[in-house]
Amino acid sequence: MSVEVREARQPWILLSPALTAVALLLLVPLCFIVVYSFWLRTATGADQPGFYLDNWAEALTDPFYRDILLNTLKIAAITTLVCAVMGYPSAYFIARSRGNKAILLLLLMLPFWISYIIRTMSWINILGVSGALNGFLLWTGIVGEPIQMLYNEATVILGLVHFLLPFMILNIFVSLDGIDVTLEDAANSLGATRWEAFLQVTLPLSLPGLAAGGLLCFVLGAGTYITPLVLGGPTDAMFANLVFEAIITQLNWPLGSALSLMLLVVLGILVAIYNRYLGMAQLMKGLG
Amino acid sequence: MGWFVIRGYAILVYLFMFLPVAVVVLLSFNASQFGSFPMTGFSFRWFVELAQNEAILRAFRTSIVLGLLTALISTTLGVLASLALVRYRVPGANVVSTLLIAPILVPEVVLAVALLLFLNVLGINKSFALLLFGHVIFTLPFVILVVQARLVSIRRDVEEAAMSLGASPMQTFFQITLPLMLPAVLAGGLFAFTISFDDITGTLFWKPGGVETVPTQIFAMLRNSISPEINALGTVMIVMTVGLPLLGAAIARQLSKKSG
Repeated sequence: MSVEVREARQPWILLSPALTAVALLLLVPLCFIVVYSFWLRTATGADQPGFYLDNWAEALTDPFYRDILLNTLKIAAITTLVCAVMGYPSAYFIARSRGNKAILLLLLMLPFWISYIIRTMSWINILGVSGALNGFLLWTGIVGEPIQMLYNEATVILGLVHFLLPFMILNIFVSLDGIDVTLEDAANSLGATRWEAFLQVTLPLSLPGLAAGGLLCFVLGAGTYITPLVLGGPTDAMFANLVFEAIITQLNWPLGSALSLMLLVVLGILVAIYNRYLGMAQLMKGLG
Repeated sequence: MGWFVIRGYAILVYLFMFLPVAVVVLLSFNASQFGSFPMTGFSFRWFVELAQNEAILRAFRTSIVLGLLTALISTTLGVLASLALVRYRVPGANVVSTLLIAPILVPEVVLAVALLLFLNVLGINKSFALLLFGHVIFTLPFVILVVQARLVSIRRDVEEAAMSLGASPMQTFFQITLPLMLPAVLAGGLFAFTISFDDITGTLFWKPGGVETVPTQIFAMLRNSISPEINALGTVMIVMTVGLPLLGAAIARQLSKKSG
């Protein structure tokens, strides 16, 4: 074997374990559930292989699924918007702070490390009937009876914002930090007010970060089922809850496959649009 | 004036992030037998009860073994792949990178369903093995992103110097490259461990009945009501998942200082 051939083969030898894992544990299984979604669950509980359109007909035409899908997208959109409004000024503060940026960023990263389930359930301590807020309201006499503030759509959104906000701030920070501060000074010296300079120079330059953060918040928010289970009421199911129900509770795997693929396609379209206009590089910057 | 407002706003956002978590920690030391305010006194009793709760201890053991195995496998695969991507000109490197990142581009629920159903057909039912496969594929992209970012900064000429002084490729790898890579490898492993330790979305799909990890145990306990025991468990989790990376970062800094 010549040296060149060996050189050319080496990276593939190094890559092969990881690529095999991705192929066997992700790509082939994804193709497999496409096939599975055309199978049929029979009354006996065994799945009948074949090419039946029943699951897809049910998933695509039943208004129950459509309404929950639309509601899921709405919740994800509101969550993303709230994250942007809360996240942008915070990211701007960190990026332009003369203090210790590293400490501010580290503080921001800490919630990433704190378990998602703990952060979600922590709101029960705050908003529950015997939670901190009710305790405070009772103590001040504003209310005579504790109020149930939990288990509705608003608390689901609250939980999602609490979970996803660091992703938003980090992505905006990465793009703000890459902007030359002197650009704003230049705009100022040419007669722009600070606010005009921000709106016309800094904000447009930071849009890629905002978009990357927005995409992450939306996709992660739309794919969750734990938050509605912990902080939502019985009518606050999101689309991923339907998948969980079908697969784990009803054991209707063919229908569950069809529902998963629906979610994948809807979110995949968003990712594809993002990729078409902004590219994946920005997203990787924020993750890495 | 404007800056003053922004700073106040940012402080409020930080409070929003940390206050609920701080309340969990605070309430875990509450002497009252209800998991809520008012605090009736300071007590370690809930931690003592945790340590005597067989189900919780079992969940901890499962999570730790699962996390360690995930970190070991994921980091091995991830480091090899990152080396290839950083050190060689791979034709189609973009496609390869996208493929390797794909597990986090797919919503975790969908990944969980696909893996569960596919491995079931292959005869692997809900089991520890399925959990391990799931955690490996889900953590792999994060390991690759972290390791790759750090590998880029290791200078190639140190290796070339070793080779030109007569070291074999094997010697060079184990005596030069690996020690230089160590902080990256540790960071990747730690990342994989914490992600695995925290995961619940996929885990609920993959875990066999009767087996619980710490997050699924907390989730199951939440079904009843929030007890001081959950807050205590939450505090232990916070200490573990925040303390470990901080410790890891400190060790990595020491190591990279030593190696210059």
